Amino acid sequence: MLDMLETVFSWIQSQYLIWTLIKILVIVVPLITAVAFYTYFERKVIGAMQIRLGPNRVGPFGIIQPFADVFKLLLKEIILPTNSNRFLFLLAPVISMAPAFAAWAVIPFNDFLVLADVDAGLIYVLALTSLSVYGVIIAGWASNSKYSFLGAMRAAAQTVSYEISMGLALVGVLILAGTMNLRDIVLAQQGGIFDWYWLPLLPLFVIYMISGVAETNRAPFDQAEGESEIVAGFHVEYSGSSFAVFFLAEYANMILISALTAILFLGGWLSPFEGLPVLGDTFLAEGSIVWFLAKTVVFMFMFLWYRATFPRYRYDQIMRLGWKVLIPITLVWVMLASLMTVLGIVVKGS
Amino acid sequence: MKRIIEYLRSLMLLELLKGMSLTMRHMFRYPITINYPEEKTPKSVRFRGLHALRRYPNGEERCIACKLCEAVCPALAITIESTQREDGSRRTTRYDIDLFKCIFCGFCEESCPVDSIVETGFLEYHFESPQEAIMTKEKLLAVGDRFESEIAENRKRDAAYR
Repeated sequence: MLDMLETVFSWIQSQYLIWTLIKILVIVVPLITAVAFYTYFERKVIGAMQIRLGPNRVGPFGIIQPFADVFKLLLKEIILPTNSNRFLFLLAPVISMAPAFAAWAVIPFNDFLVLADVDAGLIYVLALTSLSVYGVIIAGWASNSKYSFLGAMRAAAQTVSYEISMGLALVGVLILAGTMNLRDIVLAQQGGIFDWYWLPLLPLFVIYMISGVAETNRAPFDQAEGESEIVAGFHVEYSGSSFAVFFLAEYANMILISALTAILFLGGWLSPFEGLPVLGDTFLAEGSIVWFLAKTVVFMFMFLWYRATFPRYRYDQIMRLGWKVLIPITLVWVMLASLMTVLGIVVKGS
Repeated sequence: MKRIIEYLRSLMLLELLKGMSLTMRHMFRYPITINYPEEKTPKSVRFRGLHALRRYPNGEERCIACKLCEAVCPALAITIESTQREDGSRRTTRYDIDLFKCIFCGFCEESCPVDSIVETGFLEYHFESPQEAIMTKEKLLAVGDRFESEIAENRKRDAAYR
């Protein structure tokens, strides 16, 4: 019996296509589940921060709530506005969702758990996260509604502006790590919590988090949505499952940004207690996927925390912050980072 | 110099951290939510909910068709028709309250000389057709019978303040 299983297993592994498909499923299915529970978690956390209870009717503590929401959205009618461009209208959600999932291909969960160990992984991620803005623009334009269009234009301007500071923040990481392979970037941070890049690149770390929030169009940078001013921005005209896809994309993007922050600045799967003699060879001192997930969850929580705390930025304030504050600081710190490498203050993989 | 210090201080994101610490502290407070159907907030004894017509303990209806409530009603929601009963007392033949017109001001209750028309603390009612919004005499008496003990209790508790 065991022999047969083994032969079947090795046969599957030899079939490149099937094996890759299985690997993709292993990443995507937990991701979608995570998105579902992230929405529940968001409502609970924000509820708690506003001294409310949050959803508690569907299932124990409302834990089934995300599934109720999903079924509601899937059963609803998709309304196509008469004056919309139908093809683009339906294409837009797909365009915004695909990059949010595709970017996960290069995320290393572990020393060996990575779908595609690409050498230009960072560039790939940057390219895909910028692609998602097309989904927003096309959605806003194709709906042929003034609110959607306003939301789309704002979102486009905002995403493009914050891409620069985000990219520059990543340049700092590149300079220190000397590689674009996400796995190698993590390995370059070995040596415990003070060898991770958040310390030498502290301003870039903070700016990356801020730009990450702006990139995903989340509060306080949710200009694209702005439910109190332009109703819901680019997705006013969307309903039912096409709206659900936008929703999915937004949350998948948030999880992606959290994972990236963990990888680039907080040493991915590495343990913060690495090299502590007290712990020795125990689980705590070893790097594992648990550490990676824990760090990601912390940043996912931060997204919700920001949303519960900060009021929405005004449009011109967003632009001012992006261009006049974040970009100059990143430029200066990128130079400082190169100085640090040249002078040998930060040693790779110490 | 002052401006430079201000600028550097703003870069520390102190205000943001302050706000975030506030929300974090609130997160561990006990939620003030009341789970409505299971938990309810206390109601005043003077709560003005659904109307009712009361009876005396011997079963005789209190209303003497004086029509003071009809006269005082600011929304003209009450319609009364009356006749003389065989025993010579005056009684209503029709006592309708249109709940769509009623503004729940409680004037009818105030004006009633025999404490007949009252507003109960009952508020969880609904209509399934527009006709049901007219509270006829029978319906009002039925509500009164249903909540008599509660109404009497509330009046007793409130009597000291009237």
